[in-house]
Amino acid sequence: MEGISRPIKRFDFDDKMSGTALYCADVTLDGMLYAKTLRSVKARAAILSITVPPLPEGYWIVDANDIPGKNVVPIVSEDQPFFAKGAVKYIGEPILLVVGPDKQTVVDLLERIRVAYEEVRPVLSIAEAEQVRENFIFGDTPYFFAYEYAKGDLSEAAGRAVRVFEDEFETGYQEQAYLETQGIIAVYENGRVTVSGAMQCPYYIRDALIQALGWPEERVRVVQLPTGGGFGGKEEYPSLPAVHAALAAVKTGRPVQLVFDRQEDILCTTKRHPAVIRLRSHVDGNNRIIGREIDIAIDAGAYAGLSGVVLQRMMFAANGVYDVPHLKVRGKAYATNNVVSGAMRGFGGPQAAFAVEMHMENIARALRLDSFAFRQRHFLHTGDTSSTGGLFLHDIKLDEIAAEIDRISGYRNKRTVPRPKGKGKIRGIGCAFFFHGCGFTGSGEESLIKTRVRLRKCPGNTVHIFVSNTEIGQGVLTTLRKIVAQALDVPVETVKQTYPDTDDCPNSGPTVASRTIMIVGKVLLDAALDMKKRWHEKEFEIVRAYEYPGNLRWDNARFQGNAYPEYSWGANVVEVDMDPATCEVTVTGVWAVYDIGTPIDKTIVRGQIEGGIAQGLAYACMEVLTSENGMLRQTNLADYTLPTSLDFPRIEYRLIENPFSDGPFGARGVGELTLIGAAPALALAVQQAVGRGVTRLPVTPESILEMMDRDD
Amino acid sequence: MIDITFGLNGETITITTHPLRRLLDVLRDDLRLTGTKEGCGEGECGACAVLLDGRLVNSCLVPAIHLEGRSVMTIEGYRKTERFSVLSEAFARTGSVQCGFCTPGMVMAAEALLRDNPHPTEEEVREGLSGNLCRCTGYSMIVEAILLAAREGEGLWSMPSDR
Repeated sequence: MEGISRPIKRFDFDDKMSGTALYCADVTLDGMLYAKTLRSVKARAAILSITVPPLPEGYWIVDANDIPGKNVVPIVSEDQPFFAKGAVKYIGEPILLVVGPDKQTVVDLLERIRVAYEEVRPVLSIAEAEQVRENFIFGDTPYFFAYEYAKGDLSEAAGRAVRVFEDEFETGYQEQAYLETQGIIAVYENGRVTVSGAMQCPYYIRDALIQALGWPEERVRVVQLPTGGGFGGKEEYPSLPAVHAALAAVKTGRPVQLVFDRQEDILCTTKRHPAVIRLRSHVDGNNRIIGREIDIAIDAGAYAGLSGVVLQRMMFAANGVYDVPHLKVRGKAYATNNVVSGAMRGFGGPQAAFAVEMHMENIARALRLDSFAFRQRHFLHTGDTSSTGGLFLHDIKLDEIAAEIDRISGYRNKRTVPRPKGKGKIRGIGCAFFFHGCGFTGSGEESLIKTRVRLRKCPGNTVHIFVSNTEIGQGVLTTLRKIVAQALDVPVETVKQTYPDTDDCPNSGPTVASRTIMIVGKVLLDAALDMKKRWHEKEFEIVRAYEYPGNLRWDNARFQGNAYPEYSWGANVVEVDMDPATCEVTVTGVWAVYDIGTPIDKTIVRGQIEGGIAQGLAYACMEVLTSENGMLRQTNLADYTLPTSLDFPRIEYRLIENPFSDGPFGARGVGELTLIGAAPALALAVQQAVGRGVTRLPVTPESILEMMDRDD
Repeated sequence: MIDITFGLNGETITITTHPLRRLLDVLRDDLRLTGTKEGCGEGECGACAVLLDGRLVNSCLVPAIHLEGRSVMTIEGYRKTERFSVLSEAFARTGSVQCGFCTPGMVMAAEALLRDNPHPTEEEVREGLSGNLCRCTGYSMIVEAILLAAREGEGLWSMPSDR
């Protein structure tokens, strides 16, 4: 590995270690007011009236009437209001704020507000949404988005096939559960509003403020504060509290702090989408999958949000790492009166990987073939085309990944050892292969994001990085500096970077989609190389924009071409013990192999691997989050159980050496990849232990008991 | 409102507060010691963990009235100690800090663990951290950090505590 992979001490380490880093809730400003949000308690209703008690002096109500601009969140489909007006569509939807100097008084006032609702019959699941024929939640369809794409000629393949295999899988919600809840502070001063707080995407918030306030961009500023985790949960959601706090600051003329409590945060913020995925595979006489139909339905919740993009990623990932020449993939993001689903690490990938890996295993089992070899025989190779017909230009090292995961885990050996019968725990082992597209869909990095970075050389030979990418724990304040320092061949300490501020950081895009290192890092590297040529100059700036590589192509209308600029790859093996008496599953071993190109700092990459796997394992077997009548049943960290230090063993992992020629020093994306494979590997291990097909995530003792009672 | 006198990071202070006010609010809102974080407010996450008479407690569950005559150590006091320096070095080397929100509570948990058991096994470390949630790391790096600190800080935790 190159020198750049050598770990250094993180630049944000000391502040965080010593407790001096100031997160949103740690900040107090002179005259600051506190805000709390009144939220809908109905899944779907008209608001008939709102009765507010007399407000003591210095206390305020802020609602839709205080929005001078448009009461619509600017996102893919403009359907979601900042504050509900006249109607509510989900439990937890914001209606108004109470703002004032004393926290307890604000809460007391909030509890005394009476909202008269007239309930409307809600739509509460994908199954119900599929039946809706009138009174649509959105437009004149039961769904927000319906897509399809094809490859080859499925009917020709179906005609040639000798066997057909069908499966249906279902996955549940997952909560991001960042340790720091949502928090925003807004200040209104000299005709400008400044919003700071926990966030992944300062420019999403800026655009939301511009839309809500109807102000020119010069009057709006967004600054990130140290942020206690994101995992997608601080991608699109913070636009709501940011606008709320800004409206309150403008109305009161005082700084306003809006921090969610944990219950509120779980109840009303975005989640990973529940999904139903049906796969139907056509197999020829040589036991080769020649065609596949995939049908996906996701529960988008009450507003469209990012569901269209999540659905696309799920559809592009749904065929897994396999070469199947004839495909037909359909997907719908249904509107329901559940909480709004949105971005979470993996962004549709985990659901897709779970479904296709279970399906591949089930086909191999039915054909009485070794599923490891069966999957290997279908692996994608360099020069193949993706599901969307995009040519894979760079080295795909799935064969090396497979050999390495087997070597370190002993998977194939362990898999064939017969399960012990009788009492005692039953062992199972599962293996999953997976990939993740890095960066925005298609040419979005250039056409939608228009990524720009700025580098400034200052007197004294220091260099300052200006990008909008946020430090959410993933190490961006360290890794981007390493890239620039290495390119300039200067000590990393002489490269400066702060939490982003829209006043001086150009829009280098959101901190999502495993894009920061591979996309922004590469533009920064190129900017640094430009700077190096002029290094003799004392003080100057370089601005660079992302350019879509000429060897890629994407047709967004037909979903044809290179769905992502590049992919990262991996394999996971998970070993479990299942107690037949209690149906409890204990994870006893976890192995992982990844091809992420060159790691920019091995310790930071280790953090991404181990943290991502823990989230994936917990998604598969711990984190139960269910909605009943539109109300989430687990609304605190006692009911929604996150993994502790006791739940999972140490992870053994390896990185495959395969530098990516278009990435900075050979790097590709890593952040999301690590979450994706853990769930199918665990589910396959449970499937072996139980001896019945796992069709649903998460697997719990209750679901295993159901499986065991089922006739398969 | 009552007067309560207690030790805080080595100094004796007297506060006037409601007897049921949470120690967490006393620290964060009244005394502006914001190193102690609130992650859940229900004693589940450990982000608000502090030492009360040397024992690890979730400050969101401790009412002010329980503080009378007792001694509280928060990250603001602990970070001045030699033990903190050793833990800090170990946390840095192992990559144990990502978003940082759980870190102060994690550090206090590490101190509580090591002062009880200066030479813990991995299982004992995992047990000792089990009340502190971390969503970023998957824990193994933090476990390694504490094992490393126990080795590197040989003798530091075997001596009488400096509270």
